Parts: sequence; structure tokens; C-alpha cells
Amino acid sequence: MSPPSPTTPRPVLTPRLDKMLVALYEVTRFVGRFFREVLLPPYEGREIIRQCYEVGVRSLPLISLTGFITGIVFTNQSRPSLAQFGATSWLPSLVSIALVRAIGPLVTALIAAGRVGSNIGAELSSMRVTEQIDAMEVSATKPFKFLVSTRVLATTFMIPVLTMYAISVGLLGAFLNVNSNEATSFRSFISEVFNTITFLDIFSSLAKSVVFGFTIGMVGCYQGYNSSKGTEGVGKAANAAVVTSMFLVFIEELFSLQIVSAIRSF
Amino acid sequence: MNNEPKKPAEKVIEIENLHVAFGDNEVLKGVDLSLYRGENLVVLGRSGTGKSVLIKVLVGLLKPDTGRVVVLGQDVVASDTTELDKLRLKVGFSFQNSALYDSMTVRENLEFPLVRNVRNLSRAEINRAVEEALDDVGLKQAINQVPSELSGGQRKRIGIARTLMLKPEIMLYDEPTAGLDPITCTDINNLINDVQERRGASAIIITHDLTCAKEVGDRVAMLFDGQFQREGTFDEVFATDDKRVQQFYHYNFTE
Repeated sequence: MSPPSPTTPRPVLTPRLDKMLVALYEVTRFVGRFFREVLLPPYEGREIIRQCYEVGVRSLPLISLTGFITGIVFTNQSRPSLAQFGATSWLPSLVSIALVRAIGPLVTALIAAGRVGSNIGAELSSMRVTEQIDAMEVSATKPFKFLVSTRVLATTFMIPVLTMYAISVGLLGAFLNVNSNEATSFRSFISEVFNTITFLDIFSSLAKSVVFGFTIGMVGCYQGYNSSKGTEGVGKAANAAVVTSMFLVFIEELFSLQIVSAIRSF
Repeated sequence: MNNEPKKPAEKVIEIENLHVAFGDNEVLKGVDLSLYRGENLVVLGRSGTGKSVLIKVLVGLLKPDTGRVVVLGQDVVASDTTELDKLRLKVGFSFQNSALYDSMTVRENLEFPLVRNVRNLSRAEINRAVEEALDDVGLKQAINQVPSELSGGQRKRIGIARTLMLKPEIMLYDEPTAGLDPITCTDINNLINDVQERRGASAIIITHDLTCAKEVGDRVAMLFDGQFQREGTFDEVFATDDKRVQQFYHYNFTE
């Protein structure tokens, strides 16, 4: 412990760069702490299930609606282009590829960032502000494990599940649209879909949503757990949780695109 | 209380030359303080003089800049997380705003520290402990309520009950009577005395409520300008011409 310095320390690089590096270090430490604590007992099984319910079941209505409408709209908007080549029979293939590879994981992640991320950020941050996290700390109950590990695990498990669900609902919307316009039967629609999608498509989509889920949970928890400045901090944490996780989800999407393309070209 | 045999009473908390600063603002400037086993020590002082900082240092929530802090024979500053957690089991901390867990019922709030720190308890044992603690604070009927349904005084008492679940040797109360009506304040004062008598706990009570100080304090210490300026029984502390001390007294007792 160093004695208090009367003036703020001189920046090593530039003040902004210093701040960024410190933040990066803090985030790395936070993520590292998650992996350390998640592996060690005791395991908060009940709380993990409760959080999974919060993240998964309570997001169902919103995911159902957005997935379904996206399926309908995407199919409908793609039709004219395909119709120019007389290729509307390709619609099921086109839609399934788009939904599985990109739209499903992305839409689910963005909705979850808005609904779940902000929720986590606001809840943890208000617990910090009202000293509830300190209260857990002083009663030797490991608040990090109880609050952070459980939530990050819940989002990491549930976002892939929600993604698969969103894809299914989206395909249902697409089928209804195709059925009413081209009179395609359910059987031929489904066989068309599964002829198109490969194992790699589904696997990469799942892997991607695991990463999205981890990111959303981690960012929400980091912002909430480390917030300060009273009630103003609560709003800031919720906001930062959404903005940061959405930003990171897009960056990750870009990376996954590169990685999967590389795998495909093998 | 059976404190006859121990003439030179055992120190449960020892603070020496404690300095804490936030940036340029030095809050505690070389504080020395001891708490003896079984006594209630009241810490008085104006808002912002670092009273809460002092007890947060005692449980390792804040790190001091310099100074020695020994609680129950353990050096707090030098302790790692595991050692600190062990110590925290023996020290109860009652927060100013109660800090009840909003998402849990009163029962779950009380169980929380118990089931996570005491292994292999049966459901019946947990229930009994919860009911006993609620009985101690006279709020058995609130067991299934959530914190948002409770009044300020009830929250305070539940908060104290929660810290009592682990049967602490030392209690730290941060402004236990702040923002409460006089009758509820009396209840809280009685509760603090009860905890001392029945459980034999030593306590530091942070307050600026002199009635509370008089009712519960075996010894009073007054914090001014980052140091303890006066220490003794309630009457000794206020037997002075020091203007700041007198101001403190006259605001509370205007006759």
C-alpha cells in the first residue's frame, strides 16, 4: 500500500491510453475471476436454474414474435429477386441458410442484449449502490460466485437454446409465407431446408451463440458489478451493458464469418 | 454479564495509526482505537468524518493507506480473501440502509449467510435458526414478506437479525437509528443492548444520535478532524467547553 499521493499520478503513455489499458486489465481480471470461481465449489445450482428461467423462459414471447416476423418478412422480401430468374422454388433454401447462419443467432443475441443484458446491468448495479453486494461480502458468502457466475452461465447456456428456437420459429414464418404464395407443402419445405443446411452451419451457429451468450452475460455483470455513483450509475450500467454487448456481438459476428469461411474453404 | 474475572479486559479490536484517504481527501488521519470484549463502544462524529470508513476497514471492505488493524487477533490488512472470510464469520455488520437482498424473502435473506457458511445443516435446523433470529428482533410474522413490504424500522431489525445468524463475536452497527421515529429508535437501542447481554457480543455503534449513544454505549469516542479527540463514558466526553462537542450535545438535548 502506497501512501496517498497529493496529486494524480503522471500518465505513463497518454491519459486516455492509460485509462484504456487499465480498463482492459480490469476486464481481463474480471473474466479470469469468473473462470476461477465457476470451477470451484460450492456450486449455486438453484440460483443457476433460476437465472436460466429468467433468461430463457421469460425471453420466449419476445423471441417468438421477432423470429416469426423476421421469417415472414425475409421470405417475402427475397421473393421478387428470385422471381426475376424464375427461381422462387429456391426460397426455402435461401431462407434457411440466412436464418441458420446469420439472422437467427444475431437477432436472438441483439434481443437478449436488450432484454437480459440491461436487466443484469441494472440489477447488479442497484445491488452495488444499495450495499447489498457489500453485505454479501462481509457475511463471507462470495457474491461474485452467487451473482456473476450464475448469470454468465445462464446466458451462455440459454442464448444458444433461444437461438435454435428463434430459427425454428423463423422457419415456421417462412413456411407459412411460402405455403400461401407458392403452395409448397410442409414436407417439401422441410426436406428442402434440411437438404441445404449442413452440420457445419448448425454447429457454427451454436458455437457463435455460445460466445454471444457469454459476452452478453459478462458485459452486463461487469458493468453492474463495478458500477458506482448512486442511482445515476444504475442507468449508466444498464445502458453500457446494452451498447457494449451489442457492439461486441457484431464484432464477434464478423470474426466468426472469417473463421467459418476459412473452415469451409478447406 | 460475567466480566468479573477478566480485570485487564481482552482487546478484540486494535487500531493503530490508521490513515485512509480518497484521492486528496484524507478522511482518517492517524486513528487509534481499541474495543474490549463485551463492551458497546459508540463512535460519534459529524457526517463525512469517516465513521463508516472506519468500520468498513475493520471487515476489509476498504483498504487503509497505512496503519495496523487487528481484529480478534488477526491482522486485517495483511489477510488474504480466505483469511478475511474466516474472520468475517465472527464479525456482524449492520448496514446503514439495512442492505437486505431485494429479490429474496425475509426467510431467504436470513438463510443466505447460514447455508453458505455452515455445512450439513438440516432443513429443520435452518428453520429453527431463522425463527429464533426473527424472534430475537420481534418480527416473526414478517418471515415470508419481501424487503419492499417492510418499514424502515422493520428492515433495520431484519438486517440486524441477518447478521446475528452466524452468531458473531463482534457487531458493527452503522447508524442503527438514522431516519427512524423515537419509538422505533428505542426498540433498536433495546435490541442492541439485548444482543450485548444475551449473546455477549462486543460492538461498535456508529451514530450521531446522542440518545442512542447514551442508551447503548459503555464507552463513547468522538471523531473530529480524522482523529478521536475525546473518549470515555458519555458524561465524561461531554464534560468539556469544546464548542464542537457542546454543539453536538445541544442539538440533541435542547433543554
